[in-house]
Amino acid sequence: MEATGFDSWVLSLTVFLPLVGAVVIMMIPKAYEAEVKLVALGSSLLALIIGLYITIQFNYGAAGDLQFVVDKGWIDVINSRYIVGLDGLSLPLLMLSLVTVPLCLIYSWNHVPEPGNTKAFFILLLILSTGMNGTFVAQDMILFFVFFEIVLLPMYFLIGVWGGEDRRYASLKFFLYTLFGSALMIISFLALFFLSKDSAGELLHTFDMRVLTDVAGVGIIKSTQVWIFAGLFMGFGIKVPMFPFHTWLPDAHTQAPTVGSVILAAVLLKLGTYGFVRIAIPFLPDAAISWAPWIGLLAVIGIIYGALGCLAQSDMKRLIAFSSVAHMGFVMLGIATLTDFGINAAIFGMVAHGMITGMLFFIAGSVKERYHTLEISRLGGLLKSAPRMGWILGFASMASLGLPGLAGFWGEFPAILSAYNPGAGMPEETFRTYMVIAAIGTVLAAGYLLWLYQRTAFGEPPEEFAGHEIADVNRFEWIAWTPFLVGIALFGVWPNLIFNVTDDVVAGITASVEAIAAGN
Amino acid sequence: MDVLLAFTRPSLDWHALAPELTLLAFGTLITIVDIIWDDRSKQTMPTLAGIGLLATLVPILTLAVDGTERSMFGGAYVVDDFSLVLKALFLISGYIVVLMSVDYIREGDYYENEYYTLMLTSLLGMVMMSSSRDLVSVFVALELLSIPAYMLAAWRKGGPRSNEAGLKYYLMGVFASAVMLYGMSLVYGLAGSTTFDVIAQELGSGSSNPVAVLGILFVLIGFAFKVSAVPFHTWAPDTYEGAPTPVTAFLAVASKTAGMVALIQLVFVAFLVRDDVIQPFFWLISALTMTVGNLIALRQTNIVRLLAYSGIAQGGFMLVPFAVAADAPARAIEAVVIYLAIYAFMNLGAFTVVLAVARKTRSGEIDSYSGLFQYAPGLAVAMTVFLAALAGIPPAGGWFAKFGLFRALLDAGGGWAAALGVIVAINTVIAFAYYARVLMPMWFQPVTDGDERPIVVTGALGAALTVTLLATMAFGVLPGLVGHFGEVSVLSALGG
Repeated sequence: MEATGFDSWVLSLTVFLPLVGAVVIMMIPKAYEAEVKLVALGSSLLALIIGLYITIQFNYGAAGDLQFVVDKGWIDVINSRYIVGLDGLSLPLLMLSLVTVPLCLIYSWNHVPEPGNTKAFFILLLILSTGMNGTFVAQDMILFFVFFEIVLLPMYFLIGVWGGEDRRYASLKFFLYTLFGSALMIISFLALFFLSKDSAGELLHTFDMRVLTDVAGVGIIKSTQVWIFAGLFMGFGIKVPMFPFHTWLPDAHTQAPTVGSVILAAVLLKLGTYGFVRIAIPFLPDAAISWAPWIGLLAVIGIIYGALGCLAQSDMKRLIAFSSVAHMGFVMLGIATLTDFGINAAIFGMVAHGMITGMLFFIAGSVKERYHTLEISRLGGLLKSAPRMGWILGFASMASLGLPGLAGFWGEFPAILSAYNPGAGMPEETFRTYMVIAAIGTVLAAGYLLWLYQRTAFGEPPEEFAGHEIADVNRFEWIAWTPFLVGIALFGVWPNLIFNVTDDVVAGITASVEAIAAGN
Repeated sequence: MDVLLAFTRPSLDWHALAPELTLLAFGTLITIVDIIWDDRSKQTMPTLAGIGLLATLVPILTLAVDGTERSMFGGAYVVDDFSLVLKALFLISGYIVVLMSVDYIREGDYYENEYYTLMLTSLLGMVMMSSSRDLVSVFVALELLSIPAYMLAAWRKGGPRSNEAGLKYYLMGVFASAVMLYGMSLVYGLAGSTTFDVIAQELGSGSSNPVAVLGILFVLIGFAFKVSAVPFHTWAPDTYEGAPTPVTAFLAVASKTAGMVALIQLVFVAFLVRDDVIQPFFWLISALTMTVGNLIALRQTNIVRLLAYSGIAQGGFMLVPFAVAADAPARAIEAVVIYLAIYAFMNLGAFTVVLAVARKTRSGEIDSYSGLFQYAPGLAVAMTVFLAALAGIPPAGGWFAKFGLFRALLDAGGGWAAALGVIVAINTVIAFAYYARVLMPMWFQPVTDGDERPIVVTGALGAALTVTLLATMAFGVLPGLVGHFGEVSVLSALGG
């Protein structure tokens, strides 16, 4: 099982190379800005190259099994170990995270937002990268928790130092919400540690996620399971964010600097949904069945609420932020069905949303830089003043509203469809109702995105900006954006690239859910 | 009377007493050097005190290597792994406080020699406290550590606030001692002995006597004053703010640790049989202490006061495991010891940054931290690490301390323990809100007075900062380091 030789290092390298880069940068004096940038980009690209190596070496025939596993002692006194491993569920998300960070570094190459300080900005991005990559490969709950938390402070500072007008409020709100969730989450982790039993009824006392997945909560009484799930739900649900814990998201997104928003949308939100699929459901399938209808309810509320919120926004970035709430609603709906189809769609939706919304935030950042405003009513005629950017915005909006042939479609459509026939033991009528509501949500999504596109891209450029030269997409933007644009089209045309990888893991999860449901 | 007449000199284990004797010798040495060389000796005082503290670690190491449990005076004074771990913790905290004091005391034109003598004396009391397993020796140790601390709190003689600090601390301390003594007399009256082992047996046997409850509560309340648990905390903020900052750090860390150590021994050895009294008592008092401490901390504008209230709240966190003392004794002791060890470094580190910044800004207001990141990025990052540790955010050390609490609570299990866990979780969030109030001006705001000269960190403060920073990060990334000591100390305290 355990990897040997170079393969036993690859996951640790992808996780810690950015951190090493950050430490090296700390030693470089501030004045050597070019060196700082090169080290930052170099370390994140090196991590990406190793990520590509992993993608090539990955045994797709056994995507349901953990690969590149390393299992070493860490905190012996609490029986927590350094266990990392990668399966078909982790791989797409790890790659998404590995790709996003260098793109963000390139995008900020020559314009680190006010008040400047490239060195600190890049250090924080790299630390963030370590936390995100680590979360996706950790297979020990304590290790997972530590990585999950590492992302908090860098993001707090990214928003708080380089953010907009209301940055202090937004950064603190972001932090307190997430911290509250994770404090409850760690209680649940410990409860799992103390209560989990193996099939023989012996207490396990382990944080090993592989073992806990195998025992699937058998031996913990139902009512306790439901409470433990509640703690996990708070931890992951706030991160997603699910209605009604979503209120930090629009503030954080609106105030964050461009790359902060991109990382937040592309990767950080996925930590929550990933937690549901990796931990909450497989560890406690019985409780998941009880909770699923409620999660589904909150998901569809999120879909409609997010969409209505979008229609009420006058700020482009805030609109995209609310659209995130709606899109993550689709992801959660897919998860809540507890079916193969739904969870696969959800994972696809995570990756697709990461690329599409990340792209939209990139564009919003560039628009802001050129117009110095994101007020939709003051914008217009983007297709005339900067045609390439206008087309890219159109492309990303179409992808976001779920146009078939682009990546967004494969996250949304199967998620809705899967609600027609939810997993065993779940109320069919309820989920069918959700399906109808979610379908209405897609119509609203088309509405607000097209409306956004019309008002910003169509028509004549407003007189206000008549005298200004609005530059089109520049070289750094092209480099930063192309991978996302290619990805959106590629996965849209060829969705099996992801579905094939994730399906084995998902089949394993749903099998254990079905076994429990059959037992009930 | 027969007992008195038949007095024989108790056998002394000189090896076991070597740490105390070394400390005593250095305290005396400082006084003698002072008398002989007078003013010329001032420069050497901190060095001498520091060497004394480090030298005391040597016999502790040899005792730890030796590993046998040594008991003297009929079980009243015990040297085991638990006491050794805590003695080492006291000495290292003391050493860091000495490093913090060097420039502060020298520049303030204070009495240098007496300062270090008193500090060593107070530390001697703490070192004795960790070995005391008897009501009398606990009380003697407590007074030995407290009385020098009263004087240290009033060290800035010219400042009315410092005088207020000393006086308040003294009056409250004496009052607490009186309450505690009364409680001890009741317990002694029932048990017929002052050693903890016998008290445990006597309290456990026979019918429950209401006087026993009263005695236990009085003793615990006396220590609740010492560890500034709500509602007995009122002296702490004023004393902390008025006292010289290194002394504040000393009180907030070493003195509080000593109180906790005494509580561990009282609760886990002497009173454990009366879990019907101690568990509800600590449940209530820990919940109150964290919540009230945190809520008041939210409103502070002075950094030292903020750290004072944060210290009260942290004390509340430390009291949490006592609420499951009987249900999960091993885990609970482990949690407290680990918390104490990590807290010592992260809190001393925060105070060191406060001292370093105050050397330039001459202010304790949180506003004076505006733009610190612009002109002193190193200090800003260090402060961030310490505050993150205090808030319990990985990878800085504090998370493992909080984790220990949750572990003890969930190991005990049950609705009450889980409810306390949720209270801890909520308080963690509140706590971050005020730590963020220090982070925000540091990182997010421009310098208010336009003075962007970098801060010169003196050698001693730099050393203190390095030690605390390394320890805080190491405990976070490799918690096994401190976890090991926690585990060792459990076994021996419960072993008897």
